[in-house]
Amino acid sequence: MKNNPQLNKNGELQHLLTIEGLPAATLRHILDTASSFLNIAEREVKKVPLLQGKAIFNLFFEPSTRTRTTFEIAAKKLSADVINLNVGASSTSKGETLLDTVNNLAAMQADMFVVRHSQSGAAHLIAHHVEPHIHVVNAGDGRHAHPTQALLDMFTIRHYKKELTSLRVAIVGDMLHSRVARSQIHALTTLGVPEVRMIAPKTLIPACAERMGVHVYHDMAQGLKDVDVVIMLRLQNERMRGALLPSAQEYFKYYGLTAEKLALARPDAIVMHPGPMNRGVEIESSVADGVQSVILSQVTFGIAVRMAVMSILAGN
Amino acid sequence: MKIHIKNGRLVDPKNKIDVRRDVFIAAGKVVAVGAMPEGFHANRVIDAAGLVVCPGLVDLSARLREPGYEYKATLESEMLAAVAGGVTSMVCPPDTDPPLDEPGLVEMLKHRAKNLNQARVYPLGALTQKLAGERLTEMAELTDAGCIGFSHADVPIADTNVLLHAMEYAATFGFAVWLRPQDAFLAKDGVAHDGEVATRLGLPAIPSCAESIALATILTLARETGARVHLCRLSSREGVALVRKAKAEGLPVSCDITIHHVHLSEVDIGFFDSNCHLVPPLRSQRDRDALREALADGTVDALCSDHTPVDDDAKLLPFAEAEAGATGLELLLPLTLKWARETDTPLSAAIARITTEPSRVLALNNGHLGVGQPADLCIFDPEQHWKVGPATLKSQGRNTPFAGLELQGKVRYTLVEGHVVYEGL
Repeated sequence: MKNNPQLNKNGELQHLLTIEGLPAATLRHILDTASSFLNIAEREVKKVPLLQGKAIFNLFFEPSTRTRTTFEIAAKKLSADVINLNVGASSTSKGETLLDTVNNLAAMQADMFVVRHSQSGAAHLIAHHVEPHIHVVNAGDGRHAHPTQALLDMFTIRHYKKELTSLRVAIVGDMLHSRVARSQIHALTTLGVPEVRMIAPKTLIPACAERMGVHVYHDMAQGLKDVDVVIMLRLQNERMRGALLPSAQEYFKYYGLTAEKLALARPDAIVMHPGPMNRGVEIESSVADGVQSVILSQVTFGIAVRMAVMSILAGN
Repeated sequence: MKIHIKNGRLVDPKNKIDVRRDVFIAAGKVVAVGAMPEGFHANRVIDAAGLVVCPGLVDLSARLREPGYEYKATLESEMLAAVAGGVTSMVCPPDTDPPLDEPGLVEMLKHRAKNLNQARVYPLGALTQKLAGERLTEMAELTDAGCIGFSHADVPIADTNVLLHAMEYAATFGFAVWLRPQDAFLAKDGVAHDGEVATRLGLPAIPSCAESIALATILTLARETGARVHLCRLSSREGVALVRKAKAEGLPVSCDITIHHVHLSEVDIGFFDSNCHLVPPLRSQRDRDALREALADGTVDALCSDHTPVDDDAKLLPFAEAEAGATGLELLLPLTLKWARETDTPLSAAIARITTEPSRVLALNNGHLGVGQPADLCIFDPEQHWKVGPATLKSQGRNTPFAGLELQGKVRYTLVEGHVVYEGL
């Protein structure tokens, strides 16, 4: 498993496991394809037959509502047969290994797995072991990657900001545990965003974060200054139980996004959040629901982006 | 049985020999080097032309998985792997199931090993009962049963007071304490070096200071108690720097590093290669360079295989859930030679790191081929290339980051106490 197994020998996308290592052209192709799917919702027949007869297994070893649902909607709009499996509650609790579960489902004629797992690298492991006709989409693995989330974020930024190569983007919050942040950083730098900032207390910034191409800030006022895009990360409640943060209140005071702090960004800055939000912990309600917020657009675009990913994979 | 090994290049670091010279063996011992003794009639002549004849390898860390983990490997399979790798003596950590904390268990292991009549096995006893880090084991009894020192394997001792007492007690009898320095809390749940790769892959990390902090504690206690300490499998630049300083001040410490850490770094994890899930974790290239430097300048006394056979299923899991460890007995020699070639280290100095030096750490009088010594030998072809893989490994563990790699240097004969215990092609 030394090589990035995402691309087939023709350089086409075989799996989508991480943004890292994907060429900018591949990312743009996904985003362009997503644009073409955007108006399907406005049609009388809200479906295209691109994946007719294909079986897509939503394999969620970790609970999820939004991601699983949008994958399901995307697959159905492509006319695929969707099977949802909440594996956390069944096989693994009976002691079945991850690969045994996957092999069993593969034997049921699966064409694509959409996988979420609590362990970093789970999607790579599966992709490495399935037959070559099966495609794997990583819907979030541990702290490692959440590529479709990052793609829908890029789609959203491109929708509102057009030109990515002149933007300043700030990501605020728990980078240490965030697969979303990692994928966003790779996507932003690959697509040529010249300045990506990461704002958080030192306890939530992993070692060598700068090596991923971000500028690290510990102060919101400095970090948000003149940015075009503010991406807030979700802060898991359990972070307060260890020694990483003292309290939600103190976190909100110093790192929560308020209207006052947002005013330091450019006046036309957009506010994004991958959801689910903790109002009053990382973001103030007036900002989450304010005019600069594009959080709900992200969700809508998420369907088009996931349709694009699945249709491209199935076509390769 | 009398054996005449002729035409070989004899490399015996301790006796400063590196020249074409014959070796004569009788009754399990080396009886002459160079000229044939009068009246010597060999039952067997081994033609070692083009081959290197050196002391049998001494491996300071090899898990044989008995008792308790026979599904991963058995004494039979791993003994065969040892002699196929030219290893004639090996030290086994106590983290078996149950741990080696009772004399009976140690006697049984020694007995089983002896009956197989292959390599010599030197068990390390558990420093505390059940390796729980609370109560001391019967160290004197365990020594009588055959333990050569006491260790806590990879289980950190969280309570420094227990560590202090364990070292004091061991020092009372002059027993060696073998410790792998790692802070229990800083390393908790971590599976990779706290650096660029763990950050990129989102893997829970172990910082270098987990090693240096534990090391500072151990060195301080060594000074306090006078215990003889061997530090196992160092991984960091800061770690070897601390040991270098301690040695300079005359503290009786020694240390080893593994063949993996000499050649690999965090980068080799690539995209979650679970064969690179090792303990301690592979660290940065800077750390690796510092380890190599310390090995060359003698700060690091010995190279070990840290042989840990793992069954396939335990590796076919997401990186963090996969069991740590790699098979190594058969790779110790070729990977040492690889290091020597890459760093222009003379063959004799390289071989010393896997023979004379580890033997000195063990305070055993083997690891050289002087007249009268037990005839433990390794005869290898330094030029032969072979590809690492299931077909070429005798160990039950196939797990190695070097799988598929072509290595140079293949063992042709291994002798233990004058018996040919392995013959390879």
